[in-house]
Amino acid sequence: MKFFASILLTALLSFAIGLFTILPWWSFAIASFIVALAIHQKPWKAFFAGFLALFMLWGLMSAYIDFQNNHLLANKISKLFLKADNSMLIVLITALIGGLVAGFAALTGSYLRKR
Amino acid sequence: MRIVPFIISAAVTTGLIIALNVQLPIGGAKSPRFGYFLSPQHGFWQNAVPANKSYDGDIKLAGLTGKADVYFDERLVPHVYADNERDAYYVQGYLHAKFRFWQMDFQTRAAGGRLSEVLGKSQLGIDRMFRRLGMVLAAENSVKAHEANPVIKEEMDAYTAGVNSYLKSLKPHQIPLEYKLLDSQPEEWSNLKTALFLKFMSFDLAGAEWDFEMANARRLLGATDFEKIYPIVSDSLDPILPKGTAFAAPGLQVKVPANADSTMYRDTKDTTLNGGFVFDKKPDPDNGSNNWAVAGSKTASGRPILCNDPHLALNLPSLWYEMQISTPSFNAYGATFPGAPSIVIGFNENCSWGFTNAMRDVRDYYEIKFKDTTMQEYWFNNQWVKTEFRDELINIRDSADLKEHIALTVFGPVMFDKTYANKLQDGKYYAVRWKAHDPGVELLTFNKLNHAKNLEDYKDAIATFKCPGQNMIFATKTGDIAITQQGEFPAKWRRQGDFPMPGFDSTYMWQGNIPLSENPQMINPPRGYVSSANQLPVDTTYPYYLGGSYPPYRGLIINTYLNQMSTITPHDMMRLQCENYNVFAEFARPVLLKYLDENGLNADEHKYLDIVKNWNLRNDPSENGASVFKAWWDSLEVAVFSDEMAALTQNGKYAKAAKWPDESTLVEALRKDSTSFHFTDDIRTPEIETLQFDVVKAFRMAVAELKKSDGNGNLSWAKFKDGGVRHLLKIEPFSRFHLNEGGGDHIINATKQWHGPSWRMIVHMTDKIEAYGVYPGGQDGNPGSKYYDTFIDSWVAGKYYPLVIVPKAEAGNAKQFKWHLTFSKA
Repeated sequence: MKFFASILLTALLSFAIGLFTILPWWSFAIASFIVALAIHQKPWKAFFAGFLALFMLWGLMSAYIDFQNNHLLANKISKLFLKADNSMLIVLITALIGGLVAGFAALTGSYLRKR
Repeated sequence: MRIVPFIISAAVTTGLIIALNVQLPIGGAKSPRFGYFLSPQHGFWQNAVPANKSYDGDIKLAGLTGKADVYFDERLVPHVYADNERDAYYVQGYLHAKFRFWQMDFQTRAAGGRLSEVLGKSQLGIDRMFRRLGMVLAAENSVKAHEANPVIKEEMDAYTAGVNSYLKSLKPHQIPLEYKLLDSQPEEWSNLKTALFLKFMSFDLAGAEWDFEMANARRLLGATDFEKIYPIVSDSLDPILPKGTAFAAPGLQVKVPANADSTMYRDTKDTTLNGGFVFDKKPDPDNGSNNWAVAGSKTASGRPILCNDPHLALNLPSLWYEMQISTPSFNAYGATFPGAPSIVIGFNENCSWGFTNAMRDVRDYYEIKFKDTTMQEYWFNNQWVKTEFRDELINIRDSADLKEHIALTVFGPVMFDKTYANKLQDGKYYAVRWKAHDPGVELLTFNKLNHAKNLEDYKDAIATFKCPGQNMIFATKTGDIAITQQGEFPAKWRRQGDFPMPGFDSTYMWQGNIPLSENPQMINPPRGYVSSANQLPVDTTYPYYLGGSYPPYRGLIINTYLNQMSTITPHDMMRLQCENYNVFAEFARPVLLKYLDENGLNADEHKYLDIVKNWNLRNDPSENGASVFKAWWDSLEVAVFSDEMAALTQNGKYAKAAKWPDESTLVEALRKDSTSFHFTDDIRTPEIETLQFDVVKAFRMAVAELKKSDGNGNLSWAKFKDGGVRHLLKIEPFSRFHLNEGGGDHIINATKQWHGPSWRMIVHMTDKIEAYGVYPGGQDGNPGSKYYDTFIDSWVAGKYYPLVIVPKAEAGNAKQFKWHLTFSKA
């Protein structure tokens, strides 16, 4: 239960920060950190909660945008940096980056709280 | 709390964020900050426009005085209906910014010598050159002149306010994609930036000169040989005003300085010359255009048809943005410059207008004698005169600033000094005298053309236009056609300003401008058409020296066709604009074939010879002969001239320290008399090489190149040329390469590899105007929009879109309008 609550809360908070503020892109790491601090879980669980929250949030957002855009821009970005005509690869990398940063931020939060 | 794991995971988190938040070096450039760039709420994803996006909307802005309706058609071309002119320019600025802001910002930074701010040290060469040429000085003078005219001041202010109102509405995540890639930020617009943009066009169109290169060529060859391969009038000449046009006695008599020849020309051959690279960027020598207007006597409808296609670098986002502007006082449609108000090339309900470049030389250099290296005083008219200075600070990304300390003289800024070498490499000081430095109100001409109703309005509109000089073509519904080579041109004596001149007194200065009334003009000629294609405007009986370099062939073939044509329709004009017949090859191929000794050619060589022999002289995309001809001719130029130019090469490469002779010069010389044309001899060998020798040598060089292309399946002209339209940053996935296009140098369809007809327009002056146009780009400058490159395929195929002025009363229910955006006062 805690696990799913953390995922949901982290994702929601991160999304809201991006939507309503002009804080830098990495602000979701703070959200992930705070959630892990507030809803205490074992470190590995906290990590995966944070990871999955942003992996899904960034993955779904970028996949949706990509779909709406008929893959036009992501294909170009994929050609530019990966020399491959594959927008899904860019979606995946986007999701992984969000997930990793959020996961480690949550891990840090979990370790900070006393057991 | 578990201290050690906490510290480790905190460090990993911070490290990750930092790594994703810095620009990493990739292949000589810098990556974006990847965390930012990939963030779906901040980075490039925000620039991926939904394919079904609606452009409907309701915008309230404080800067408006009334109301404006904007309807977009399915090509995303806006039709603007404003309550008054001020609001129209305000909305134009807003729309330019909305769809093209990054390019506006980038192009004006380039013009102002500020690319290093964005791209770093690699751009220092071009930045220094533009600063030292006085681009910013020119723009400042231009703003002052424009703002002194109350009508134009209001127009510019409204445009600038419109651009900035859009910028203010932008949230950080909405900035154009290129800012995110380069990790830079948009900068506020200003009237100065509009002026800088116009000066960039002046540089592109009136910035061409080869003074140092010609001086080097003269030193290299000596006077006699120089005149042979750098003649001032090309032979196959069909000027804009037909040969034999009578000119009145000149209103201004220019006095040739007594010692002009010996002082200026560096007559003696100089064998100590050597090349060495000096940074230089020249406008593309093929920055030119076609325009023509046929009178009712030659058309099927009995009404004039006006055509124009400006040949410029083909970039994405395009230089042009298409739109209609309607106000209670005018109703115009055409191509606009993102960066400047008004319709630039287009038509209204009464008339149509267009431009080609005049190609006149309005940029000269004067040697300055300073008292000492501090440049505080210079010698002028028998006394020491105090220098003024202008300091230009170049901010360089990730490096210390660089200050250009530029001396200002009575001639202009001292472009070349001890810190900035010229191509003569003589360590001397040279000031640049450039017409673009003189204040002019160029926007007034566009403003008045947008309003024009008749021939008198046209004359009035163009009368104040100074620089860059243009062939301004015009047609009306009532049947008038006209062309004028308009600009403020210095009255020159023969060869004045073809080389750097002494600047120790006023002897060699420009003595005045050619009186306006003496600018070449032709109105309703009996032959039933007016035309220009950057050829010489007049024959040698014109009482002033023109300077400059004029390609003769396009003008010749356009006039040949127009002479033959009758009962012309807009469809015929489309075919003519996209015509791929190579008249240059018509002159040059017989010379090549005549001097080619076929004995001794091997089977391979015979194969390519047959291709070029049987070629139909058309540069259509599928023609192999066009590729063979091009490779052969280019090789011949190398075989003939590379030895003479060898002293000016570096590491085996032609260093551009001398001007390469024009193609027309070589072909004309060889057509007339090959025996006295001794340049065929390779001066580096004891033997005397003949033209026959060079032609065979060139053919073998060409075959080697052609076999390579042929082996890769790239022999057809389109594949051999391999042209495209490149993003301004040359980013490959944002460009369109390998287009199946024909055309080329000296051809009406002047499409070279990266350069060509940037806007094709045909306007039939019927009661309800019938117009067609296309440009190789799209209305939205964002590579993430499907409207980014919409028109390229049509342009390649020689197809056009109808351009329709929709009257205000019909706008509300016009079928072609897809979206409605309203602007009102907040």
